[in-house]
Amino acid sequence: MIKVENLHKSFGDTDVLKGISTVFDKGKTNLIIGQSGSGKTVFLKNLVGLFEPEQGYIYYEDRRYQNLSASERRNLRKEMGMVFQGGALFDSMNVEENVKFPLRMFTKLNNAEMKNRVQEVLERVNLKDVNTRFPAEISGGMQKRVSIARAIVNRPKFLFCDEPNSGLDPRTATVIDNLIQELTKEYDITTVINTHDMNSVFEIGEKIVYLQDGHLAWEGTKEEIHVSENKDLTDFVYSSNLFRKVKVAYQKGL
Amino acid sequence: MNYISSIGLYLIMIKDTFRRMTKRKVLWRLIFQEINDLILKSLGIVVFISFFIGAVVTIQTALNLTNPLIPKELIGYAARQSILLEFAPTFVSVIMAGKVGSYITSSIGTMRVTEQIDALEVMGINSLNYLVFPKIIAMLIYPFLIGISMFVGIMGAYLAGVYGGFLDGAQFLKGLRDDFIPFHIFYAFFKTIVFAFLLATIPAFHGYYMKGGALEVGKASTTSFVWTSVVIIITNYIITQLLLS
Ligand SMILES: Nc1ncnc2c1ncn2[C@@H]1O[C@H](COP(=O)(O)OP(=O)(O)OP(=O)(O)O)[C@@H](O)[C@H]1O
Ligand SMILES: [Mg+2]
Repeated sequence: MIKVENLHKSFGDTDVLKGISTVFDKGKTNLIIGQSGSGKTVFLKNLVGLFEPEQGYIYYEDRRYQNLSASERRNLRKEMGMVFQGGALFDSMNVEENVKFPLRMFTKLNNAEMKNRVQEVLERVNLKDVNTRFPAEISGGMQKRVSIARAIVNRPKFLFCDEPNSGLDPRTATVIDNLIQELTKEYDITTVINTHDMNSVFEIGEKIVYLQDGHLAWEGTKEEIHVSENKDLTDFVYSSNLFRKVKVAYQKGL
Repeated sequence: MNYISSIGLYLIMIKDTFRRMTKRKVLWRLIFQEINDLILKSLGIVVFISFFIGAVVTIQTALNLTNPLIPKELIGYAARQSILLEFAPTFVSVIMAGKVGSYITSSIGTMRVTEQIDALEVMGINSLNYLVFPKIIAMLIYPFLIGISMFVGIMGAYLAGVYGGFLDGAQFLKGLRDDFIPFHIFYAFFKTIVFAFLLATIPAFHGYYMKGGALEVGKASTTSFVWTSVVIIITNYIITQLLLS
């Protein structure tokens, strides 16, 4: 569980997050949606501790981040996995080494055990025969999947994904969505996902937070979106014809 | 003010580099990797430059010694002094500011702009220790490279002097041994060690704290080269003033 209280973050004169409060439950896939530039990435980076908020608190289970000592914060970070918007794979390492990296850093597993674990997660993200390739030698979508594999290999308690399926073909995108949801259930992870993808919203949106201009403008489940009165939200979600039809179908009880 | 805050940030970076060590096993691998990238891959260019600089210094000295009263040994003596004291330690270090320096800035800078440094930090790793410490340790071998530079430089001097017909081998070797002051060797290697530290850390600073995208990585490399060489030249002046005068 992650609880956010009145979070503020600005850069110089521009306020990006203007007081956000919400709760992300354990074992659920929590989605953050909002227009490009609405502050999703900045929000996620606050959650992983890359940015320090000017105001507000973040709780991880019963630990208030702002009260933790430097070493407690480091230990907390070992419980986190993060998939960056751009992948952020280590260029100097091949796929296998990238995924193995958290294990090598933080576990006492021997080489064979690490290899097994790496193989297992690579299979889960549907990557075969690319172990020895370097990030520059695989496609963008494959990089995303390697990045997901790296984030989950050490079985995090908190998983953060910044647009995990952007740049993927629809089928792989769905596979990735379902994978993240499966892992969330299987290991009881608190998962927070930034996304633009309305497919993801209606597939795995157990809780959806809609950010608008640095405010939390709406929150609820994917079912609640269909009956929401918030015009900005519905304009955003139903900007495509297809989802307007989904809404009509839902309201007719189909 | 800007410079002062940069110097402050640089010093904080140095301090943070030595905190919270990365796992030893991982660190060793990184150090060997850096020895390869920073030292071994520079061997070729250092040998090449040193040889020809040694040769040119000798030819210049020989051509300027027109007075028959001055003994020919002086050519060997002048070659030794200039190569040992300046060309190998300082001149080669400025070249290295271009080669090793821009490599360090662009590799760390790329990691910054593609969020690889953030990825390290999210995992709870001290990215400064992980990235910069192995470079500093690898550069401890740098004096060895400069030693090679001195040797090859003097070899270039010998060949150019003797085969260019300016003096004979015995004269050169005598000049090489004349008035030898062991302290000069200490001076040369002392400043080499200091330059090695600057060569690892100033470019790392420019890469680590850069902002922007790929274009800025290029700009940062250029700025880093300028600053690294300027600081090396000034440090050279200060050390020389303190140790030799
Ligand atoms: N490091 C930074 N320094 C200054 N401003 C920043 C920084 N990071 C983000 N911003 C600003 O914060 C705002 C929100 O950016 P953010 O990256 O969070 O958007 P986003 O919702 O993730 O957009 P997208 O969907 O395109 O990824 C933008 O106006 C951006 O310019
Ligand atoms: Mg973003």
